[in-house]
Amino acid sequence: MELIPLEHILLLSAALFSIGILAVITKRHAVVVLMGIELIFNAANLNLVAFSRYDPSLLQGQLFSLFVIVVAAAEAAVALAIVLRVYQYFKTANLNEVITAENK
Amino acid sequence: MLFYIFAILAILSGAYMVLTRNLLYAGFSLLITLLSIAGIYVLLFADFIAVTQLMVYVGGVLVLLLFGIMLSSRVHDKSVLSESVNKIWGTLVAGLILVGLSYAILKANISTLPWLQTTHLDVLGQQKSTVQLIGIKLMTDVVVPFELASLLLLMALMGAAYIATDKQNA
Repeated sequence: MELIPLEHILLLSAALFSIGILAVITKRHAVVVLMGIELIFNAANLNLVAFSRYDPSLLQGQLFSLFVIVVAAAEAAVALAIVLRVYQYFKTANLNEVITAENK
Repeated sequence: MLFYIFAILAILSGAYMVLTRNLLYAGFSLLITLLSIAGIYVLLFADFIAVTQLMVYVGGVLVLLLFGIMLSSRVHDKSVLSESVNKIWGTLVAGLILVGLSYAILKANISTLPWLQTTHLDVLGQQKSTVQLIGIKLMTDVVVPFELASLLLLMALMGAAYIATDKQNA
């Protein structure tokens, strides 16, 4: 089986990273910002796994990406709990409205 | 080739996630992106990472995000929408990052790096799966980070449950 060229994987990862950045900058709903952050995590993981292919006896890249997935899961759980509290307090999850809202 | 199908699928659904204003559509297009990335992991000889991606991201994080959408929006509105701001600046910044990264990747000529040339590309050798090797590594070389990760998960889940409880009605 022919190997996938490394540059193509890195370019795909760069594209996913830019899409994640775009979502974080332009979207105003907190959950969509979280989705963008998840996309950025996945782009980083893709690079780690791609380079781990050249390290078949140690697999350091795959092990590191495993820990990235664990930390991302913990981050998502805490962030969504915070989003829910913010929504209950301000009655909105729109980040611009939260920033400008008066302290009730 | 299968990799390019997965890559195009991931980029298109990722772009749709940014372009659509409907939150639920964004969640489901993120699902397609995560599934294609899991497929790419399989093509990169990382079967255990692919299964972990399916179980943690698709089975856990995405369901959590969908719950977050449903609980943090006024569902009695016709559809759950999200406005977008800073469109010009955001596109500019993301496009510049994409162009810069692509230029760097193409300029760096990564395939000719010496340590990539010396590795033998019979990737998995005799064994057909990385599960055994990852299991041995987790219990020997990286056992301290492994235990710390379990501690982190415990703290994060307890903290999340504590934050999310309604203290006035409890």
